[in-house]
Amino acid sequence: MLQFRGVSKHFGGLQAVADLTLAVPAGRITGLIGPNGAGKTTVFNLVTGVFPPTTGSITFEREELVGRRPHQVVRLGISRTFQTPRLFRGMTVWEHVLVAQNHRPGWGGGLVLRGARGRALLEEAREALDLVGLWDARERPAAALTYGDQRRLEIARALGAAPRLMLLDEPAAGMNPAESEALLRTLEKVRAAGVTLLLIEHDMSVVMNLCDRVAVLNFGQKIAEGAPAEVQVDPAVLEAYLGTD
Amino acid sequence: MTLSDYHQTLLLLTGINILLGWSAYLPLATGQLSLGNAGFMAVGAYAASLLTVQQGWPLTPAIVVGALLAAGLGVLVGFPALRLHGIYLAIATLGFGEIVRTFFLNFERTGGPMGMRGMSGTTLGMVWAWVLACGIGLFVLAHARLGLSLDAVHDDEVAAELIGLNVTAVKVGAFGAGAALAGLGGGLYAHHILFIEPGTFNFLESITMVLFVLLGGMRTFWGTIIGAAVFTILPDLLRFLKDWRGAFFGALLVALLIARPWGLLPRRTLRIPLRRLARTGG
Amino acid sequence: MLLQQLINGLMLGASYALIGVAFSLILGIFDMLNIAIGEVFMLGAFFGLALVTRGMPFLPALLIAMVLAGLVNLVVERFAFRPLRGTPPVIPLLSSIGFSMLLTDTAVNVWGSERTQFPPSVRVLNFELGPILVSSVQLVILGTAVLLMVVLHLLVERTKIGRGMRAVAENPETASILGVDARRVIVTTFFASGALAGAAGMLVGLTFSVISPFIGIEIGLKGVVAMVVGGAGNIQGAMLAGPILGIAEVLSVAYLGAVYRDVVVYGLLILVLVVRPQGLLGAVERARL
Repeated sequence: MLQFRGVSKHFGGLQAVADLTLAVPAGRITGLIGPNGAGKTTVFNLVTGVFPPTTGSITFEREELVGRRPHQVVRLGISRTFQTPRLFRGMTVWEHVLVAQNHRPGWGGGLVLRGARGRALLEEAREALDLVGLWDARERPAAALTYGDQRRLEIARALGAAPRLMLLDEPAAGMNPAESEALLRTLEKVRAAGVTLLLIEHDMSVVMNLCDRVAVLNFGQKIAEGAPAEVQVDPAVLEAYLGTD
Repeated sequence: MTLSDYHQTLLLLTGINILLGWSAYLPLATGQLSLGNAGFMAVGAYAASLLTVQQGWPLTPAIVVGALLAAGLGVLVGFPALRLHGIYLAIATLGFGEIVRTFFLNFERTGGPMGMRGMSGTTLGMVWAWVLACGIGLFVLAHARLGLSLDAVHDDEVAAELIGLNVTAVKVGAFGAGAALAGLGGGLYAHHILFIEPGTFNFLESITMVLFVLLGGMRTFWGTIIGAAVFTILPDLLRFLKDWRGAFFGALLVALLIARPWGLLPRRTLRIPLRRLARTGG
Repeated sequence: MLLQQLINGLMLGASYALIGVAFSLILGIFDMLNIAIGEVFMLGAFFGLALVTRGMPFLPALLIAMVLAGLVNLVVERFAFRPLRGTPPVIPLLSSIGFSMLLTDTAVNVWGSERTQFPPSVRVLNFELGPILVSSVQLVILGTAVLLMVVLHLLVERTKIGRGMRAVAENPETASILGVDARRVIVTTFFASGALAGAAGMLVGLTFSVISPFIGIEIGLKGVVAMVVGGAGNIQGAMLAGPILGIAEVLSVAYLGAVYRDVVVYGLLILVLVVRPQGLLGAVERARL
């Protein structure tokens, strides 16, 4: 579904991503792991068009992403969450999901409740909030949410954009084991809803339990790829993690 | 009951100030502070005046053209403005406003420093018809999905872009629409005051427009109505202050910003559409 | 002729540099723009005027005017900046604009809105340096400006409080962890900024011999331009850009006519902001979380 071919990114003298070739299959949950500073968030930024790669191509279902502006990438069917939640402080929970639907064709442009299409979108928004368990909190201002709820709202908002691929940047960061469990279940539900997931994560329990495939980055290069169990015992991976301790 | 001439004038000016306040409100709603809207007001005023006085146009079409020209300029300025944020944008728009003023100071066709005269025709009904029309537009905007897009861009541009919103279109659009409103206000004002000169459209005027928004609360468009009304009527009530009015308003601005009463206002006045939905959806 | 114009531009630019530095000090360390500096400048001129007309010689009048101007700036800090800590920088900017209005109007009421003569407080001697005529007044202005900037440089680079200022500019959270007294840094910076602006006010009074309560508005904007062209928040940048701006302005009046003067200045501002926003020497970006 998402294909990286020879993707590199330089920032001045610093090489953030080096010659990355990776295929992210549709319908699966793929993990992107690696020590801090390995270039994982840079990869996300390259996909979403925040900045272009120095070389290489990134295709999403045969469509070239390089050269597109971020909102164009989103309209192709990719949405993302952030390492620290970037919510709209002046809006309610509800409104986050609604506004994420705004880019979709045929949203009517007018008042919130307009016609069959409008009602269908509202129904979808309700489903997204239900999936993450925030329906009851829909009228609350986003600024008043707990950290865990903010992360869930980010996922609901990303769902509102109707993605076929969702990029999650450390969704389990700052969560205790109970919250990580809940997150696992939520993400499974997202996958069941037909969304392919690519996630950056440090929490190994999440990676092991959730991901079908894992790619490991170190210093911007892919050093291993495969099923979680394989990667876990790959010597190059062990060296990357343990070697930096 | 007919109002005295004096009160009619006050009401008319209030209407124009509401339009001017909204011209500052729209870019502000997308997170852009513009301190140069007097420039757009000048363009609208001079363009409309040229058309009526020198080309014999009827008033309303002339004002519309003036507003459209101002809008075009607003869009033109809005694009490079995308690169700037916060105080840097504020300074740049300030500089822009000054450049426009200097342009008209040297533009012979509009009389240069001597200004233009001969305009007339603005009536109370006309002004408030425009206020009503724009007000309805803003009301719809505030409660429509597009309003949510503006709020999202205001709160976090990056996140807004990454849920598929064309932030450029929203910001430039708001900038241009604000410019149009300023141009509209300018055209109406010129044909009320009968004489304009470049000094009318200075930095103080730009700041005053922002003051309307601040006085009434930055989060809602109807707050600007209150701000403009207070600011138009108050100077008269405060006549006793005489020469100290400027100082008073400066101090008022400082005090308002410290007190920040608008922080308590919710952004959307009528939650009815969502509430009704919530019941059917729940 | 050209050389004479350059000298005149340099004189003008000396004041712009001082104002630009006054802006950069606050912007570079606190990420805020204090528009009221223009009015502090104007008040410096009037304080100086009041002292000089009472017979005080130039130097003490300058110093006292500087101190008074510094105190005025501290008042601005107390009401326009301190209560608004933590808000986006446009909010204190708007408040400082409010202060600007307040101070201008107050000055109009105290001293009248007409232009006032600034009596010559320096003995006027004219020197001929080859083809150029330089007066002692101009030398005093240039010398004072240079001296003040050297003093500021030493303050920022060589003193403990200066280290504190640089630490806060770098990263306020880290600075407070390292024990930097934030209050002292704030007071010092705002006082220094005000004092420089006040000095510039007096020097401009000396340059042009007439002042009015409205000189603050124009100089405020020009000072901002100087700051931006040199690099926002960059003190050395403002010192460099001030003369450049002064010369540009003088040359545009001489060769393009007075009408284009403001266009050149504001056009330069917009050009820099759009084409090279970091200015000539690079902007000082405060590390933000």
